[in-house]
Amino acid sequence: MQPLIIAGRQFQSRLFTGTGKFSSALLMEEALLASGSELVTVALKRVDMQHKTDDILTHLHHPHLHLLPNTSGVRTAKEAVYAAQLAREALETNWIKLEIHPDPRYLLPDPIETLLATEELARLGFVVLPYIHADPVLCKRLENAGTAAVMPLGSPIGSNKGLKTFDFLEIIIQQSKVPVIVDAGIGAPSHAAQAMEMGADAVLVNTAIAVAKDPVKMGLAFKLAVEAGRQAYESGLAAVSRQAMASSPLTAFLDEL
Amino acid sequence: MFTEIFSQYNWDEVKAGIYSKTARDVETALTATRRTLDDFAALISPAAAPYLEDMARLSHQLTLQRFGNTMQLYIPMYLSNECQNICTYCGFSLNNKIARKTLSTGEILQEINAIKAMGFDHLLLVTGEAQQVVGLDYFRKALSLVRPHFSNISMEVQPLDESAYRELIPLGLYGVLVYQETYHQEDYKLHHPKGRKSNFRYRLETPDRLGKAGVHKMGLGVLIGLEDWRTDSFFTALHLQYLEKTYWQTKYSISFPRLRPFSGGLAPKVEMNNRELVQLICAYRLLNQEIELSISTREEEAFRNHLVKLGVTAMSAGSKTNPGGYVVDRQSLEQFEISDERSAAEIAAMLQQQGYEAVWKDWDSSLT
Repeated sequence: MQPLIIAGRQFQSRLFTGTGKFSSALLMEEALLASGSELVTVALKRVDMQHKTDDILTHLHHPHLHLLPNTSGVRTAKEAVYAAQLAREALETNWIKLEIHPDPRYLLPDPIETLLATEELARLGFVVLPYIHADPVLCKRLENAGTAAVMPLGSPIGSNKGLKTFDFLEIIIQQSKVPVIVDAGIGAPSHAAQAMEMGADAVLVNTAIAVAKDPVKMGLAFKLAVEAGRQAYESGLAAVSRQAMASSPLTAFLDEL
Repeated sequence: MFTEIFSQYNWDEVKAGIYSKTARDVETALTATRRTLDDFAALISPAAAPYLEDMARLSHQLTLQRFGNTMQLYIPMYLSNECQNICTYCGFSLNNKIARKTLSTGEILQEINAIKAMGFDHLLLVTGEAQQVVGLDYFRKALSLVRPHFSNISMEVQPLDESAYRELIPLGLYGVLVYQETYHQEDYKLHHPKGRKSNFRYRLETPDRLGKAGVHKMGLGVLIGLEDWRTDSFFTALHLQYLEKTYWQTKYSISFPRLRPFSGGLAPKVEMNNRELVQLICAYRLLNQEIELSISTREEEAFRNHLVKLGVTAMSAGSKTNPGGYVVDRQSLEQFEISDERSAAEIAAMLQQQGYEAVWKDWDSSLT
């Protein structure tokens, strides 16, 4: 399996994970270890950045786990830039998952503020991974703004509905010059495999692992699904074809002439 | 403004509509994928009582998907029990001739230390309504004192003007709780005969003012026991639906305060038993998967333990309802009696035992 490279950093695992909704920090740690994930997103608002004894952070201390702080809770580009700067200082990383969802109900991303924030954060030297709608044009605009990757949604966060945006994800993957990470809505390993088969560079999964009856086993299930999907993509999926026609009514005359 | 929508509804008609719901209406509501206010009316109706287990199962499932295995914890800090209102059900009522107390700067700092020692990071500031003593100046000062110590600060105080909210939000005010008490106008008058609170309309318009001021979260609810809880809850849901569409950047929460005894107080006009409270909580969850549902220490220990899995997403713990109640003046006049007297640590342990993580911090002061 080819490694994934984002902003010069190499990842063996193409499964990115989140840290919310687990019944304990210990269980979170075990599930993330089982998933093989190397990039883990953490909401700034959930961690105590002043104290290094934060329960979530202490359970993420593993050499292969890279932290990806996210800006969940901000409503504007200005707030997002401020939050990213705080995160850089406190967590010592210039990677930021940009989440600007001013709508607290469905947590859908604001494309305008996201573009503005990406421009500013890229200028400030951040590695920006923005959470966005599956909007192909927005992806190209973000590329121009200096984004490190794009993170289009499969369906609303936490909905487990799978790839409702399938057709747009295909266009994004086809057009993109930066890695495409399908974020949000992936509710089952089969959804993850589907995203990987179509050529997504990675997927981000949180709810489906965290609220499973056995999150550790589910972490492993997603690991296998992502690997299977990627292997299938790399090996070249056989084309889906209709049944062969017995005769050629439109072109048979060519043989007779 | 919500008042325009409210004026199109008639209490008695709404009530009759709820009480005429049938088992068939309830079944329709249960199987719907997106539920309407009419479905909500069916789910809070007497006809839904036999379906409580089905409602509970759905509520549990929807809550788990959205909020995961977590429960947010918060604690109130009563700043003052001075009050110029007469409210028939409240310990702070003006005609309750008991010595009053408002915390000074030094006393607020002492209470902060006690609360921090319990582990809390989300704080609810509470006062009565005494404009001269506990007005905008006092709130400015209180916020400046608590802000360095808490990530998330909400207030449950008298309704204020939009300009006051606009001023307080950048000082660290995240959320405001303002309960209508009852949407029954005539009964509202009876229960609030004197003081600024007797202005039904000003209170009803408060969420609009909060929305315009851009508050991050607002809490709605009625005081259960004043009037028919089903009808009052319908109006709360109507209010919520209007607010969500109008102030779409604000987060909402619902609380379920049941009338509790206080010295010399009022007995509930309409009782609500535990089964009915569970029914109401589940009905809200079935109507709205994303809404925060909050339960206070007014409710009893064993009941609260079971509510954890039924749709509730936030709980207070270790609460005192009197100013200075944690250290400064333990015996001052309280607003109502606490039923669940367990400490914050005991509540966290109870949650852990049920497979839930206590969430102490879910906001950052840099975001407010």
